[in-house]
Amino acid sequence: MTETTMAQALNRALRDALAADPDVLVYGEDVGPLGGVFRVTDGLAAEFGAERCFDSPLAEAGIVGTAVGMAMHGGRPVVEMQFDSFAYPAFEQLVSHVAKMRNRTQGAVELPMVVRIPYGGGIGGVEHHSDSSEAYYAHTPGLRVVTPGNPADGYSMLREAIDCPDPVVFLEPKRRYWDRADLELPVRTESMDRAVVRSSGTDVTLIAYGPMVATALETAEAAREEGIDVEVVDLRSLSPFDDATVAESVRRTGRAVVVHEAPMFGGYGAEVAARVTEQCFHYLEAPVLRVGGLDIPYPPPKLEEYYLPSVDRILDAMDRLQWEADWFPEAPPRPRADAVPLPCNDSAGASAGGSDRSRSEVSAWAPSRP
Amino acid sequence: MQTNEGPAAGAGLPALDDLAPDLSCAFYRDMLTARLLDTEAIALQRQGVFPAYVSLRGQEAAQVGSAAALDRERDFVFPTYREMAVALTLGVDMVGYLASHRALWHGGLYDPMASRFGAVNAVVGGPVPHAVGWAMGERLAGRRGCAISYFGDGASSEGDVHEAMNLAGVFHVPVVFFCQNNQWALSVPNERQIAGGSVAARAAGYGMPGTAVDGNDAAAVYRATREALERARSGGGPTLIEAVTYRVEPHSTSDDTTRYRKAAEERAWRERDPITRLRAAMRAAGHAGDGFFERAEREARATAEQVRDGVSAAPEPAGEDLFGYVYREPTGELARQRRVWQEEVLP
Repeated sequence: MTETTMAQALNRALRDALAADPDVLVYGEDVGPLGGVFRVTDGLAAEFGAERCFDSPLAEAGIVGTAVGMAMHGGRPVVEMQFDSFAYPAFEQLVSHVAKMRNRTQGAVELPMVVRIPYGGGIGGVEHHSDSSEAYYAHTPGLRVVTPGNPADGYSMLREAIDCPDPVVFLEPKRRYWDRADLELPVRTESMDRAVVRSSGTDVTLIAYGPMVATALETAEAAREEGIDVEVVDLRSLSPFDDATVAESVRRTGRAVVVHEAPMFGGYGAEVAARVTEQCFHYLEAPVLRVGGLDIPYPPPKLEEYYLPSVDRILDAMDRLQWEADWFPEAPPRPRADAVPLPCNDSAGASAGGSDRSRSEVSAWAPSRP
Repeated sequence: MQTNEGPAAGAGLPALDDLAPDLSCAFYRDMLTARLLDTEAIALQRQGVFPAYVSLRGQEAAQVGSAAALDRERDFVFPTYREMAVALTLGVDMVGYLASHRALWHGGLYDPMASRFGAVNAVVGGPVPHAVGWAMGERLAGRRGCAISYFGDGASSEGDVHEAMNLAGVFHVPVVFFCQNNQWALSVPNERQIAGGSVAARAAGYGMPGTAVDGNDAAAVYRATREALERARSGGGPTLIEAVTYRVEPHSTSDDTTRYRKAAEERAWRERDPITRLRAAMRAAGHAGDGFFERAEREARATAEQVRDGVSAAPEPAGEDLFGYVYREPTGELARQRRVWQEEVLP
């Protein structure tokens, strides 16, 4: 086994894809001799030549737009947007052309192309270098949107994305580029469409993706010390969404918290919360909560630690999952369920959720509203 | 480099001296067929068969002249939404082409890959970099096909067009940027659209040749396009052609030109009709006589009516088609939505 960073794993995936398929080519801003600002394309131009890996002018719409034509010509272009916010000029190409081409031609034109976008914050980036733009893409039918959370997935999911007959927006969590894993490459992990349970638990499901998977796993460790058994689900694919894996987990635990860096309002977590509620309502012990960035433009680096979801913020959210009936701040302290039997604690209410706390118990302890 | 002649374009007779009569006859047949089909299409909109239609009337020479220069076996066309005469000249299935206007399917119901004519597209400017990417692929493959991108004076202001031209210049790829300057981008005239007054002049900034031609002269357009294609095929890189023409009809059947331009201007351009001019030039050059023109008219009318009837009778898509072409394989969620739709929506 060798220590491999996510950036190295992604680099190896590109290298192996270039070697395996002559139709694959890589281009974007500074991806040639420099090897990309995160070195994900390091050495590719030297190994495969300037025809297979090359620099383009600063023209994100042009890069994605030419990738459309190249894919129509039979190529499998893998293009890089240097940073999340730099991809916005290409939005029209992605939404109006890339996403719709198959549909508007009844399948006559396929666009097997990958748009790689480093995204998210936590690296002290200057303005416009730290956005979490996943919801824009996930909202667009016709695009696949995936994001790896560890080096093994970085390799396997990128290979799978390049082989995919649909266009893929491949979101790379830039703060995890340097995360290391003991890894022998090549590696094949689960299908990129599937969510994966990263850590099993019985009390609450933490649903995370990309940069927040590692944070969720840290939180699970911390929570375990507090006696809460946390299950962590790594979504991996934001579109399509793996309902089965997520619902199976939440039905077991009865509680769910969705974590992402992006602002909460209209964010991807809202979709997750809605789906979980629709599919697991009778199993839920508490509302599905979200922990996200604030509803503000991404802050300057000196303030980003206040913005990004942290272990403490996720633990705080888990505290609000109605473990007790005292989640109303003005409620009187209530005795623990195992200490004082409650007269209204009926077993019928408990059976649906597999818990000894029922909704009537909760309402009995809620203060009367003025 | 020529300059944009503006309203002066469209005067005088096309010079046919270096063209074979067969070629001018082919121009004429395609231009007339496009004209009659265009007229039928407007009528179909009036009858409620098409929700809307975009006429190309007056632009037949620009479209047929340029398309006739293409090699149907190896070149590839990236159109916007007003290139019906290009499609016709290239032999695209016209019922499938007009299916888009009958609102049967957005991109039409012809096969863009087999036709070598991309799906029609209303987002002007967006498909221009697609042509550059196709040409990059062709060059990397070591083949000698060319891409041609059709766009208008309005699209020339779009950022994607700038990026596409710069990329084409940097990568020196075989692409022809063919701008039909029909003088009106919906309701906005050239002087409020094109700083500097010329799209062709912008080519210099991208390191490529640029030329403005009389877009109502099929022969001049043909020559300019052929020259650009020859240069591209022999490794000479991209060219920008600005065919100066005029949109004599409204932008679309939903438009009202009386709100923004004078009827006299439209009348003046109707008198520079490219078909009338070509016919006069063919007679003067001895390329064709009454017999040809009468036969061409009969055949064009028959084709136009056949396409009209075909598109009017084309079956409507099945509701299930909604779910069919979003991804190669329908996602689980789409399969679920389809089941619900079958239960709740399907009669």
